[in-house]
Amino acid sequence: MLTETAPAPSARVVALWRRPSARLSLLVAAVLALIATYLFTDVPGSLAFALKVRGLSVLAMVVVATAVGVSTVIFHTLTQNRILTPSIMGFDAFYVLISTIVVFFFGSASFLRMDALTLWAVQLVVMVAFSVVLFTWMFGGKRRSIHLMLLVGIVLGTFFRSFTEWMQRMLDPLDFQVLSDAMFASLTRPDETLLLLTAILVAAACAAVVPLLRTLDVLTLGEPAAVGLGVNHRRVVMALFGIVSVMVAASTALVGPILFFGLIVANLAYSYAGTFRHAWTLPTAALLGVVCLLGGQLVLEQIFAFGGSLSMVIEFAGGLFFLFLVLRKGAR
Amino acid sequence: MTLTASAPTSAPAPTRPRRTWVGALIGACLVALVGVSLFVGVSDVSPLSLLTGGPDSSAAYLLVASRIPRTLAAILVGASLGIAGLIMQMLVRNRFVEPGTTGVSEFATLGMLVTIVFWPGMAVVGKMGVAAVFGLVGTWVFLRVVRAVPVRQLVLVPLVGIMLGGVVGAVTTFFAYRLDLLQSLGQWAQGSFATVMQGRYEMLWVAGVMVVVAWFAADRFSVIGMGEEFATNLGLDYRRVVAVGMVIVAVITAAVLVTAGMIPFLGLVVPNVVSLIIGDNVRRSIPWVAGLGAVFVVGCDIVARVVRFPYEIPLSVIVGIVGALLFLWLLLRRRSRAH
Repeated sequence: MLTETAPAPSARVVALWRRPSARLSLLVAAVLALIATYLFTDVPGSLAFALKVRGLSVLAMVVVATAVGVSTVIFHTLTQNRILTPSIMGFDAFYVLISTIVVFFFGSASFLRMDALTLWAVQLVVMVAFSVVLFTWMFGGKRRSIHLMLLVGIVLGTFFRSFTEWMQRMLDPLDFQVLSDAMFASLTRPDETLLLLTAILVAAACAAVVPLLRTLDVLTLGEPAAVGLGVNHRRVVMALFGIVSVMVAASTALVGPILFFGLIVANLAYSYAGTFRHAWTLPTAALLGVVCLLGGQLVLEQIFAFGGSLSMVIEFAGGLFFLFLVLRKGAR
Repeated sequence: MTLTASAPTSAPAPTRPRRTWVGALIGACLVALVGVSLFVGVSDVSPLSLLTGGPDSSAAYLLVASRIPRTLAAILVGASLGIAGLIMQMLVRNRFVEPGTTGVSEFATLGMLVTIVFWPGMAVVGKMGVAAVFGLVGTWVFLRVVRAVPVRQLVLVPLVGIMLGGVVGAVTTFFAYRLDLLQSLGQWAQGSFATVMQGRYEMLWVAGVMVVVAWFAADRFSVIGMGEEFATNLGLDYRRVVAVGMVIVAVITAAVLVTAGMIPFLGLVVPNVVSLIIGDNVRRSIPWVAGLGAVFVVGCDIVARVVRFPYEIPLSVIVGIVGALLFLWLLLRRRSRAH
């Protein structure tokens, strides 16, 4: 990127650019610059108030980008492919379904009576347990074609969404109100408590990944090689699926489903990082996610003066990108 | 059923029994369900009230103005969507496509949005026409894109179609959002017969006509399903038959969209189930597909009306649940050969 503009790039710059650490530092600088721009452009009234409001949305974007980016890269490693993502597999539809079922059977009264933290914990535990079962069923047995799994995932997603809608139609209006408030927070105006909880959770999940970074690299080689190299494959994979579940559930609860975001970010991260080592790809994916969300929001707000339609733009661009990936993959 | 990518239509299999009794069963089911559909609802319409009230009673009025149109609409939608799916599967030579998994429905919805924006006062026929033209464009785009799929991979084709639909859907949502039309578009797109009454379903007869056209052209579609070279060798004008098929699919999709909304998986599941029972001869399977489709939709509509009585659940929700499960079963049934 940088070297292209120079007429005759010196060997030194090229050598520096080859190093993942240099690329990552550049990305960190870009993210910091974007955050500063976002915080300080066009402050209409009190600076302190604007900083507080905008700081919260920056935090939301960072949390979501981290959760989606990191979980998608891990998911790619676990499923040994680069076009599946937890979202496309109908995963966040599943999360919404579970929350709906909780409200359906226990009522919003119990929903409200429990404090937010307990509810949060209950939903996450249920979610993680169910998703581990689902993943074992889908990926645990005989190896199936990626395209078949993808189609199954998409159809499962439709099934979950239809089922959710059915249950929501059966709810009484008050329960429904509580549920939709809990499900659809916005990226630019997140709920403060929920945001902090999510941030803590995602940070914890990231911390849990750190000791597994090298194991993830080994998993890239495939199951037989990984087992040969002394990895307790089954246990590690289940643990990682659990971490992925937590991250996806957390980010879905915060901003709702963003279908193609993880796909774009993860694939960009592979080519940008120039390596498949997770110590580099994971942070790169998270930072690129921040660049996409924050940069996209800035462009939409400042240049086109739209707000809130970022997810549609992502959906559109992501869909085209996905078609490209699938068709290219089919070509090989 | 031969699920290979190259030839979904095996030659008319002589080994298959005619299974007349299953056909009779479908017919009996349809008659029974139509009976239930006519007499289930919030207001009391029963054979008894019809007899005691005479021809001018409120029960008789309700029957003619609401129950009969609704039941007819369900029959027409089920039959025509099943046929649309069957023809689409012949055109693409793939078992897993239908208007909903090829982006045709999404293109037609975009057409609806265009009429809402530019000609809000347009008559329903005009809306349907525009939606059909968009559906036709959608079919064409899909066929072009599928041609770019180099290897004939069985599940890749619907996957590409679904994503194409997603992209077009995102465009539609974006403009609907910008123009504050998201809600009215949502009402159009959600599959339901709740608003169907006398005067509001007649467009569906156009879809019914398309079913008849498909019936007449049935043998040609069988041949098309064997591939372009084979069809041309038999002296068939391949391109013209494909064009007729595209028009049938687009018009059915548009007619159903304008009156009842989007109904997922129907065109996919019904032809597949029929093919399991009697094989792949299109001329023989068309009445089966139409009948089974009608049974499916009338049945789901009754469930949608009964399950939260006296309120209604959208039909598309019920069809989505049942259809998705059936589709999953179809996908995973032959796991050893799917790759």
